[in-house]
Amino acid sequence: MAKKVAFMQGNEAAAHGALYAGCNFFGGYPITPSTEVSEVLSIELPKIGGKFIQMEDEIGAMAACLGASLAGSKVLTSTSGPGLSLKQELIGYGCIAEIPCVVFNVMRGGPSTGMPTGPSQSDVMCAKWGTHGDHATIALMPASVQECYDMVAEAFNLSEKYRMPVHVLPDEIIAHMRERIEFREPGEIEIIPRKAPTVPPEQYKPYDTSFGDVPPLADFGSGYRFHVTGLNKMQDGFPTTKAEIVQAEEERQVRKVNACIDDIVTFEEYMLDDAEVVVVAYGSTSRSARYAVNVAREQGIKAGMFRIKTFWPFPDKQIKALAAKVKGFIIPEMNLGMCSIELERCAQGKVPVLGIFRVDGEPINPEQIVEKIKEVK
Amino acid sequence: MSRYELRFSGAGGQGLITAGIIMAKAASIYEGKQAVQSQSYGPEARGGASKSEVIISDGPIDYPKVTQCDALLAMTQEAANKYSHDLKEGGVLLIDSDLVTNIPAGNFKTVAFPIINTAKNDVGREIVANIVALGAMVALTGQVSRENAEKAVLSSVPEAFIELNRTAFSMGFDKALAASA
Repeated sequence: MAKKVAFMQGNEAAAHGALYAGCNFFGGYPITPSTEVSEVLSIELPKIGGKFIQMEDEIGAMAACLGASLAGSKVLTSTSGPGLSLKQELIGYGCIAEIPCVVFNVMRGGPSTGMPTGPSQSDVMCAKWGTHGDHATIALMPASVQECYDMVAEAFNLSEKYRMPVHVLPDEIIAHMRERIEFREPGEIEIIPRKAPTVPPEQYKPYDTSFGDVPPLADFGSGYRFHVTGLNKMQDGFPTTKAEIVQAEEERQVRKVNACIDDIVTFEEYMLDDAEVVVVAYGSTSRSARYAVNVAREQGIKAGMFRIKTFWPFPDKQIKALAAKVKGFIIPEMNLGMCSIELERCAQGKVPVLGIFRVDGEPINPEQIVEKIKEVK
Repeated sequence: MSRYELRFSGAGGQGLITAGIIMAKAASIYEGKQAVQSQSYGPEARGGASKSEVIISDGPIDYPKVTQCDALLAMTQEAANKYSHDLKEGGVLLIDSDLVTNIPAGNFKTVAFPIINTAKNDVGREIVANIVALGAMVALTGQVSRENAEKAVLSSVPEAFIELNRTAFSMGFDKALAASA
């Protein structure tokens, strides 16, 4: 049978990717440029017995998602700009209480109301550090409409596998752009279910590390009763201030991701075999970079691209390996140098990191990147 | 690789984003090519500058925005002034002759006819001016066949308005050919 194809926006594709992954709850509050995600799900979720709820604001929306997830739903929220700021407290709650959820955040200009219809890539640090305290972060960067679909499905898998909030961060260009996409067949992308308890309710502890760094999570309403709090907690979920427990739990919650970086991190290498100048790019900017690399190659310059697909955890290993063999990095981004900081850290002064930073609401065009490639000697 | 760049520009509310979407859909779903449509617009629901860009190619498309425009539709004087300098030598500029009176000069072909008035008086509804313009752009650019473009139009509009849009599309197609002859 021919695959179902459609011509649609990144936002619409994200909604369909969520449905593919088994999303059955959406809690949100509409905001440009992410509203189409909720539009699609408000139509589609009721058809499959799922729930769509528009809350009074983004804080309530995020809270609704966490509650629904604890009751066993697979949950998505979408937002943008100031909406992400509002969600931060509850995202932190999801981190410490270890509640799977997917946050689809379309990056627009900021801070505050900024430029609601303009593209940006300025939330990459907010995804990581927007909520306070130490915590692990997973953030994926789609660069096409198909990837909005696929990466949202993958984000659900990661959120269930590691029991935590996972961010998908398209910029406005990717979210609003339209391309042909293929809907995935059942089984084409493996769907990872939540790890359920294997012990009876009276023996169940929600943070029982004897099952590993990612303890099984019981569904509320299924007979398992447990305590959930934003406070530091013991294995049974009740609060504690015991130093050794707090230390061990905080470390585990970061380790559960850091120990699996190779399993989580995805990237694309384009013409890197003999590359001397490497453009590191993500999201829509990587499309400009690919164009620029092709132009540079036509002019005899050995350029290549490393495309970041998983921004968090950052692909340290790959960037460090490149830093040992290339002449320089170019980093085009629609912010004032956020990924650049990470590149500098990984390059450790071995090679120059040249940035092209744009926050005027215009995309970075390939010509700008070609010019910068030529600056690397 | 063949890369063909189109820009539909004018004011918010003129339906230019829809026109761009249908052009790209025609290329990508019906013509078997690859296409990307993107847009930029202001926070206003109507008014303000609006543009929709479509890239059509035989192969994968990287940069989704216009670099050097092959075909430009300008539905306001402001859009004509702002974007005509991006037109390639030998490109084509389509303007509404009632709205763009100060015709930009350059090494491109200019085609003009009263697009909105065609929709209002000949088709009968001003609201389909974007489909008149789309029909004209299909005729002038040759990137998708008339049949495939019409299929894309008809699959994108509500059933009750199929005939209206079919007429608008045909009228735009034919008028553009006549105006460019």
